[in-house]
Amino acid sequence: MFKYTLKRLLAGVITVWFIATATFVAMHAVPGDPLLNDKAVTPEIRRNLEEKYGLDKPVFTQYLIYMGNMLQGDFGISFTQQNRRVNDIIRDHFPVSAMLGLLAIFFATAGGIVWGALTATYRNRAPDVVIMFLVILGISVPSFVFAALGQLLLVNINSWVGYSLIPVAGWGTIRHMLMPALVLGLGTMALLTRLMRSTMLDIVNADYIRTAKAKGLSPLRIFFRHQLRNAILPVVTILGPQIAAITTGGFVVELVFAIPGLGRYFVQAVQQLDYTVIMGTTVFYGAFLVLMVITVDIIYGYIDPRVQLE
Amino acid sequence: MLQCRVLNSPPVVYRMYCRIILALSLCCGFTSAAAIAQIEATSVDFKNQKITIALAQEPPQLNPLKATDQVSFFILGHVSEGLLRYDRRGRLAPGVAEKWEMDETGATFWLRKNARWSDGLPVTAHDFVFAWREAVAPITASEYAFVLFPIKNGEKINTGALDKSELGVTAIDDYTLKVEFERPCAYFLKLTAFGTYFPVRQDFYENRGERYAADVEDMLYNGPFRLAEWVHSASLKMVKNENYWNRESITLTEIDAAYITTDTTARLNLFKDGKIALTGLDSETIKDALNQKYRIRKFTTGSVFYLEFNFRDGRLTANLNLRRAMQVVFDPNELVNKVLATPGNLPGYSLFPVWLDGVEGKFRKEFPAKRINIDIEEGRRLVALARQELNLETIPPLILLVGDSPTAAKQAEYLQGLFKTTLDLDLKIDIQTFKQRLAKMTAGEFDIVAAGWGPDFNDIMTFGDLMASWNLNNRGRYNNPRYDELVRRAQNSTDPQVRMEAMAEVQNIIIDDVVILPEYEQAVVYLQHPKLKGVVRRIVGQDPDYTYARVVQ
Amino acid sequence: MNHSTTAFVADDFKPARVTVHAEQLSRPSLSYWQDAWIRLKKNTRAIISLYIVILLGFFTLVGPFVWTTDPTLLDLGQISQPPGFSKIALLVEPYQSWDGIILDDFPAEPDEYIEVIPPPENFRVVDSPTTQRVRLAWNPVDGAAGYNIYRHDHKPTAFNDLGLPLGSTFGGNEVSYEDRLDIDSSTYFYSIVSTDGIDESELYTVIEIKPRQIITVQAALQRGLLTAVEANTALGKEIKLEFHPLGTDALGRDMLARLMYGARVSLFIGIVAPLLFVTFGVAYGGVAGYHGGRIDALLMRFADFVVALPFLLFMILFKIAFGIGPGESGIFPMLLALVMLAWPATARLVRGQVLQIREEGYIQAARLLGARDSYLILRHIIPNTIGVILVTLTFAVPSAIFTEAFLSFIGMGVAPPTPSWGSMCNEGVKTMLSHPHELIFPALFISVTVLAFNLLGDGLTEALDSRLRSRE
Repeated sequence: MFKYTLKRLLAGVITVWFIATATFVAMHAVPGDPLLNDKAVTPEIRRNLEEKYGLDKPVFTQYLIYMGNMLQGDFGISFTQQNRRVNDIIRDHFPVSAMLGLLAIFFATAGGIVWGALTATYRNRAPDVVIMFLVILGISVPSFVFAALGQLLLVNINSWVGYSLIPVAGWGTIRHMLMPALVLGLGTMALLTRLMRSTMLDIVNADYIRTAKAKGLSPLRIFFRHQLRNAILPVVTILGPQIAAITTGGFVVELVFAIPGLGRYFVQAVQQLDYTVIMGTTVFYGAFLVLMVITVDIIYGYIDPRVQLE
Repeated sequence: MLQCRVLNSPPVVYRMYCRIILALSLCCGFTSAAAIAQIEATSVDFKNQKITIALAQEPPQLNPLKATDQVSFFILGHVSEGLLRYDRRGRLAPGVAEKWEMDETGATFWLRKNARWSDGLPVTAHDFVFAWREAVAPITASEYAFVLFPIKNGEKINTGALDKSELGVTAIDDYTLKVEFERPCAYFLKLTAFGTYFPVRQDFYENRGERYAADVEDMLYNGPFRLAEWVHSASLKMVKNENYWNRESITLTEIDAAYITTDTTARLNLFKDGKIALTGLDSETIKDALNQKYRIRKFTTGSVFYLEFNFRDGRLTANLNLRRAMQVVFDPNELVNKVLATPGNLPGYSLFPVWLDGVEGKFRKEFPAKRINIDIEEGRRLVALARQELNLETIPPLILLVGDSPTAAKQAEYLQGLFKTTLDLDLKIDIQTFKQRLAKMTAGEFDIVAAGWGPDFNDIMTFGDLMASWNLNNRGRYNNPRYDELVRRAQNSTDPQVRMEAMAEVQNIIIDDVVILPEYEQAVVYLQHPKLKGVVRRIVGQDPDYTYARVVQ
Repeated sequence: MNHSTTAFVADDFKPARVTVHAEQLSRPSLSYWQDAWIRLKKNTRAIISLYIVILLGFFTLVGPFVWTTDPTLLDLGQISQPPGFSKIALLVEPYQSWDGIILDDFPAEPDEYIEVIPPPENFRVVDSPTTQRVRLAWNPVDGAAGYNIYRHDHKPTAFNDLGLPLGSTFGGNEVSYEDRLDIDSSTYFYSIVSTDGIDESELYTVIEIKPRQIITVQAALQRGLLTAVEANTALGKEIKLEFHPLGTDALGRDMLARLMYGARVSLFIGIVAPLLFVTFGVAYGGVAGYHGGRIDALLMRFADFVVALPFLLFMILFKIAFGIGPGESGIFPMLLALVMLAWPATARLVRGQVLQIREEGYIQAARLLGARDSYLILRHIIPNTIGVILVTLTFAVPSAIFTEAFLSFIGMGVAPPTPSWGSMCNEGVKTMLSHPHELIFPALFISVTVLAFNLLGDGLTEALDSRLRSRE
């Protein structure tokens, strides 16, 4: 077990190195010049700026320096916010994205399990049809449409109630997070509902359910102890990649709801060609995702005794 | 401050009954500073004289020596003060300096003794000397160093030829500042109200080093307000500065920029929700605002937008007849009324906007710009002529370089359609992100580029030298000795008549030679909370200016 | 048999009649694909989706030949029109500029300060109002140093509700204003307020005006609404404007034509990108799986790396890194970025399948019989994985369409003027309240397409699952 974890972590480190290198290469391939600004500057000022950011050195040297600094956990100084360290930016804004992501995942899993179980139980009856229709909507409608509609809905609710029941934008309290997290989790929720439904239906016909019924167990006990528990397993497997999708997929939601998350920073940084921020955020996200996948795999080994971690 | 000013600068307000700091301890062990909660915030609070606004973006650089953008200057204009400032009617007024004298060779400023930094120490002449020397020092790499070039040796220091101690500014004593000019500078007093001329205290600046102005406690304030809280990318709060010399004239106790977002729809929603006191509108959100029965205001930003041609060798646009052809079919009225379609924008007829002062009245009243009659037939004739001169069967597609904002794309598509249907001229639209567009502008990889210019100071020269051959912002490399000569003449004179006449000829050259094709003078429309009064919209300096604002009952 | 002859007759050579007692096989044998097709046909949802996909194909490929309106043609006379019938317009001459009215016998600056300046009287329209321009004039007011003009689409209910601040005049003697701002043929309420040069009086006068829809003869000629002969006598006559069944966008372009054109872009990316990366993934995974051992380990380790790249972040980064030149749509960079990032999933899947099939009995048997590698791959391995590949492909389409839409939505997708459904949504979402049709149609197309491919994918998964083969 320990050996397995160690092995996975080692592979993870190599993966992060690969991500960093790929980012570095892609970023330097981007046409444009990070030091340009609205006002043209004289060659002297430009030379000083280049020196400050180390851009006067050959690209390979820059790569080595960058990797060296990164090993020490230093992502450098932002090009656009010249007195902020990328580490500070990540420290300030990642928790926001993570918090939003966590809540979205929570909504998605809770919703997915409940709706999925419901549809399977009422197969082909009204609840099933209605929920599956909503699920199909959830899968087919792009998230940016949901985000815009969600905000519109809040404005209407608030003006109907007469005060700000749920804030339409901004960040801070749990109330600020509800709508964005819901919008963000909607796609995943729909996916999970489908998955849950189909596994539940498979399980209904499984031998051990028949046995349980034959033993005369109460339907509720069968449902919770046997059906639900087994059906949740596949949900856990796809959670790893979904966490990745959600935490990085929050750009639109962060933009529409004025949330100071890291995703928004990344998009801005790419547009501004802010080398250090691009590198920092990508490498950080990459490392985070690798860690999440490893964690989910290990957890899975615990909750599903059939899985043997080599 | 220039092109792509964000339409809609923000405003706003409210009141906090309660702030909860959520310490988020996540799996990675980070604690979030970005999670500060506002509950029951309101846009305006009469009792406490607080307002809440939204910013379009986080101020990227609050170090006045290095700041270049509008949001940073907006904050700086509230928390700092230069020798002079602009009053609520937009006139120059005493700031840190009580009185001053200026002639062709230099100026002397007498500082008031009660001007103080937020830590209680007095603002002295040495703080200005230090700041200005730092700003022109090459090591600082300030992009705005050029505004200090009217001061003796400014440019030479900036290019590394002289040491920064050679700058023509001296503190005669703690409260007397003497400035020597490189050449006569008619508008120097206006410059002293500009952000790059703000004072910085040496001991504090050196103590903070790279971190200067990175956070609330890394900065000193001598303006009407000071920063009280700054949660990066989330919110920024300014409170009244009790050390400010003129604190009696300030009514607001708090300006809370509680939201930072570029999304105008989100900002309008915040306004509707009673969360912010001022928000800009774009052509999309304006209809929604109308339905809400809000009073819509407009304001002319003073920026001019235009199409700039590439004059480098081998470029088709170096051909005068081709440029003329585009000039005679392009109707700025149609662009303003049908494409931009927001009220207030003025059709562009000149590089010089209508608000610039002339000899006595407004420059454009004294020297009206020539009007071009729209004539499609003439346009076609000119294209044919250009084809002959260039020895081409057909004119190959021209490259139109634009930024990646939705408005820019819309304009580009409009121009593409216009030149195609009228002149049968093909345009290839080249949409690029900010830095890539700048790279291409600098390298001259375009035929036409959509550009804009916002004034840095309230004088015609802020626009006048734009197309001079030595100006690095002349991206099309237009080079006309006569133009250069006229600019030099205006720069070296303090006589308004001489200066304005030179500029009038410049205006004619720009139209006759089709150096640029003016598109429009920008206006913004915005909503302001009816109980918020005294907000000043400024063409030059911090905009909007809340310094003299108050909340009424 | 006592016929006593030994001779056989022809009848004797007829096959004996066999009476079969065994169970009769009443079903013709079906190939895997025939069976799958039969089962797919029973799945109504999948079949409907199939039809939708085919319809979309028609819409995209045949549509532009049926609906020949140019998707790039601007019509600034008809901006953001909702779906509906074509309008009737009056043919007029080109715009003539108007000098306005400035009074010589009235002071520009008021002589005396008046606390409450009344609004002007006789606020009126000069010339007939058209969608080209509305000209207003009024009587001067004592104490006024200028006037502000507002416009609204309903009758103002209060001073705060005057509507758009159209403009101002600067001088008490400037008593006219010409409005040309985006005028429609609907009813407007113009209001006027006096100012003392700094502050506005809160009193206003309103007039109601319904401008007439017009088109200049020149424009009509240019747009082919008139022939050159008709143009000579057309002034003052009425003419039908172009028909836009789904309305127009913010530059007056035909929505239907743009949706068709956008469909090409969206579906092209949605179908070609998956085809490319699935093909690559199959080849990659196939090689890895078939060879196994060290090659497999090495190849799959690399695939793991690529999987670990944060997808959207790298999509954006690659897309920008490849760059878009002048006049280019940016479709190719997006395609390339998608292919570079999306192949490993298929590769992993196919590798898994191949590893499994490789150990099957029939492969071992074929091998024993001396089959060559190429035979094994072509005859056994590919046919046995094709079902899985097909399903992957079907599901890859909607996700590729989503990716395109998402990138275009955040402004990093295809470059204008090329429309795609995503970029049309991006434009439409801002006018969601005033012109919902600009968002609804492209969003609907994305949703229906994604839905159809998803349901079809579901259907295929079931139909191609050999465990579920029909047994009747």
